[in-house]
This record gives sequence, structure tokens and C-alpha cells, in this order.
Amino acid sequence: MSKFLSLENIEKRFPIPGKEDYVAVTDVNLEIKENEIISIIGHSGCGKSTLLNMISGLDAQTQGAILLENKHVQGPGPERAVVFQNHSLLPWLTVYKNIEMAVKKVMPELNAKALKERVEKFINMVNLDHAKDKLPDEISGGMKQRVGIARALSIKPKVLLMDEPFGALDSLTRANLQEHLMRIQQNVKNTVVIITHDIDEAVLLSDRVIMMTNGPDATIGEILDVNLERPRNRVELQHDPEYIRCREAILSFLYEKFAKDDE
Amino acid sequence: MNSELIKKIFLPLVVFIFIIQIWAGISNIVEDFPTPSDTYVAAFGGVNSEGDEIVGVLTDPFYVENQDDKGLFWQILESLKRVFAGFVLAIIVGVPVGLFVGMSKNAQYALNPFIQIFKPVSPLAWLPLLLFIFQDINMTAISTIFITSIWPIIINTSLGVKNVSEDYMNVAKVLRFSPMEKITQIILPVSVPYIFTGMRLSLGIAWLVIVAAEMLTGGIGIGFWIWDEYNNLNYHNIIIGIIVVGLIGFLLDIIMGKIADYFDYTKKGRA
Repeated sequence: MSKFLSLENIEKRFPIPGKEDYVAVTDVNLEIKENEIISIIGHSGCGKSTLLNMISGLDAQTQGAILLENKHVQGPGPERAVVFQNHSLLPWLTVYKNIEMAVKKVMPELNAKALKERVEKFINMVNLDHAKDKLPDEISGGMKQRVGIARALSIKPKVLLMDEPFGALDSLTRANLQEHLMRIQQNVKNTVVIITHDIDEAVLLSDRVIMMTNGPDATIGEILDVNLERPRNRVELQHDPEYIRCREAILSFLYEKFAKDDE
Repeated sequence: MNSELIKKIFLPLVVFIFIIQIWAGISNIVEDFPTPSDTYVAAFGGVNSEGDEIVGVLTDPFYVENQDDKGLFWQILESLKRVFAGFVLAIIVGVPVGLFVGMSKNAQYALNPFIQIFKPVSPLAWLPLLLFIFQDINMTAISTIFITSIWPIIINTSLGVKNVSEDYMNVAKVLRFSPMEKITQIILPVSVPYIFTGMRLSLGIAWLVIVAAEMLTGGIGIGFWIWDEYNNLNYHNIIIGIIVVGLIGFLLDIIMGKIADYFDYTKKGRA
């Protein structure tokens, strides 16, 4: 497969007045294939969110290049949609209007009917037809995040970037959203980059798991291929040797090779 | 009727009777101070304590005797016109300036000292200067209101802009909103409740200012009317004037509050 999204020698340093620069991530090289789902996992402070912000363009790398379909990534744009950890829905707009606003901006060529159809299609994709006229404050955290996912997908991004998308949710809701995401992925193929600190989530969702070393000077430590058939069933997987192997590999990386004392 | 409602009606009534008693006490002590009953007669008509038959100022507020002698309604209308002219002008200038100050750190650094210095200046200090510039009653009153009521609008608008969360701006960046789209689709909706708080404060100030301004400029208006009644020794009308000014100010605040709630997304007043 040809190069789709590639990170070449990425470095991010933050200047600290009067001191030496803080190098958050360095020497990151990564190729992501089209329709591939990858997770980036690491301890807090390993620069995984910084990495995602650089792919999204919300933050600029200090060295190296990010290429999407051989074009340099410069600044944020709708072809790299972001699902934010705290959903970032606009609280004065209904579920419907939140998605409509995004579609309207990115696809101005759509007429009224096509616009409505597209918005409703994505609301339906996350099973929120009943809540489409509700304001974000009137729905649960899990539902908000589903709207966030629908909004991100509705603008037909080339890459879907998810920054600890389910981190703020309780574990049952989180499982529910993971199922949603896998089901959507089964129907509509997307290239997805997920930032997570949840080992099960990483194995369950991804084709490859990128493990980051600890910062400063964080970089890619190991890359793990997850050779599990899709659709995946979280209950059956618990006894699957491949699933267990992947979990152990990540556990050993995070808690033996790169253990971190929490402050 | 529940007990809460009874309390809401009964307790103010007790205070009201108390105030009337104090008032009656003062009119006993101070010579020529109008009694509550004479003031009532002066307001609504009837026969006063000296046995004179009087037409109340509130019974016939619409009379027009001549250019200089008009009913209370016309006085209030004139004052309200000036208040709204100054107030609308303050909104038109204040909101964009507030947006600018809120969005640009440099604009904040540049303008903040002057906002802080001019904000506490009394309208009475501006008045002679503005009267000298415009030499016109209306223009002076309107510009005084403008210059004293603009500050809360600027300050609250910029506060609203600063309250726009970084997350919303990130959404705008990913969608590649133009600066204008950022203002209309993100910044304004977040700031609107703040802007309206500023407008509410500003309208309150404008209504305070008008009475003082009209007393000095003369001509027509509720402030002038109160001062004129003082010169005519109609002291009961001063008290009526105070109550009328208070009631209208209260009414303006309620209306402004309702409008503010309507535009505030955090209060579910919208369809």
C-alpha cells in the first residue's frame, strides 16, 4: 500500500525561559496505512497528545514533517477531523445543529435537502435520532461523545483523530462507545488514530498499537501488530491467545521496560 | 395561595406602612413637607388638606398646555427617548470595542487604562464639557448617557469573549472558520449573556444619568420636571417624581432581564 499518512523525524520542543528547552517528543517516525486503526499508548506526559495535536495541525512540530497523501500538513483542517476528549460540542446548538454547522462549512455545495439527509445519516449512525433536537447539556456524557464522533465523521475526513475519546467516561459507557466505533468502522472504513491510556481499549480497537517511551525525549518504543479478526467480540477475546499475547506485550512495555512512578 | 406567596405580598405591605409612618413623621417635623395624603391627592386628584380641589398629575398625564407645560407622560417619553438614543449608541460602539478588547491582547493593553480611568467619572463631570461642545439639550443629554453607560458594555463584552473556551476555538480551527465566522458562530453566542449583563447595567446607569442631566440642561424631561416642581414649591410632586422614576427604572430592568434571558443559551428560553 502506498504512503497515506506519514510522520517523519517529528520533534516537539517547548522553550522554557531561562532554561534549556523541554523536548517533549523526538525522532518519531511512523507510517499509517489507509483505513488502518492505530492506537498510541503511553504513560501520562509521554507526549502522545502533543503528537496528535501535531497531526491535527492545532500544534506545530519544531522539526520533521507530517505528510498526508504526500502533502505537507500545515495547520488544522477538516480532512483531519478531531474527536476531543471533552466532546467540545457547542452548548447553544442542538445535536442536529452541531453536526449541521460542521457539514455546512465543509460541504457548502450541498443543497438544503442533501444537507439534511447527510446530517440525519450521521445522527442515525450513532443511534441518536431520538435526541437530535436536544441541547448537549440535556444528554449524557456518552451521548455527547457519540455526537462528537458523528460530527467528526460527517465532514468526510481522511483521518479521524481521537484524543482519549472515552477517557472521561465510566467503564460501561466506554465499552458501549467502543462497540459503536467498531460497528461504524465495520460499515464505513476510516483511518483512525486513537490516543489512549487503556490497554484493553488499544488492543480491542486497533490494527497496530504504538507504544511511547516516557518523556522528556519521548519517542516510539515498540509497535505491536494486533492480528485479530474483525468483527471482534470483547467477551470471546478474553480467552483468545492473540489477545492475551497483545495485552501482555503492552503490559510488559508499560510496567517493566518503561515503568513510571506516578508523582 | 401558598404561604410563600402570602409572605411575598404581606411582608412588603408591612414595610410600606412603616415607610408611610416615617414619612408622616417627617412631614410633622419639617415645615411645608408634603404629607402622604396630600401627595396622594397631588398624584391622583381629590381634595387636599387645605380644602382645595386638585387634578392629580397622574390622573391627566397627557395634557399639553403649551410648549413649556406638558403632562408627566410627555416628560417621561422625552426622557426615555434620550435614554434609548444614548443607550443604543453605547451598544453600537461598545459591543465591537468590547469584542476587539476581548480578542486582542494588544487592544486590551492599549485601551484598558483608559477604560478604567473614564469608567468611574460621574456624568455630572462630563455634562458641562458636553454642553459646551454641543450647545444643545438633546445632544448633551444623549452624549452624556452614551459616555457614562458605554463602559459596562465594553467591559462585559470583553469578559464574555475571554470566556470562550479553547475547545470551541479548536473546533473552529479544524473547520477552518474565517475570522468573521469565528465571531458570529462561536464568540458571539458565548458572549451574548455577558453582553446583555453589560447592557442591563448600562441601561440602569443611563436611567440614573438622565434625571441629573435634565436637571442641568432644562427644557423638558422627567429630571427637568422634578427640578421645575422644586422651583414652583410643589414639593409633593418631587416625591411623585421620585416614585415614578423608580418604577420606570424597575420596569426597564425587568424588560432588559427578560430580553437577556431570551438570548442566553444557558437558560432554556429558546425554541
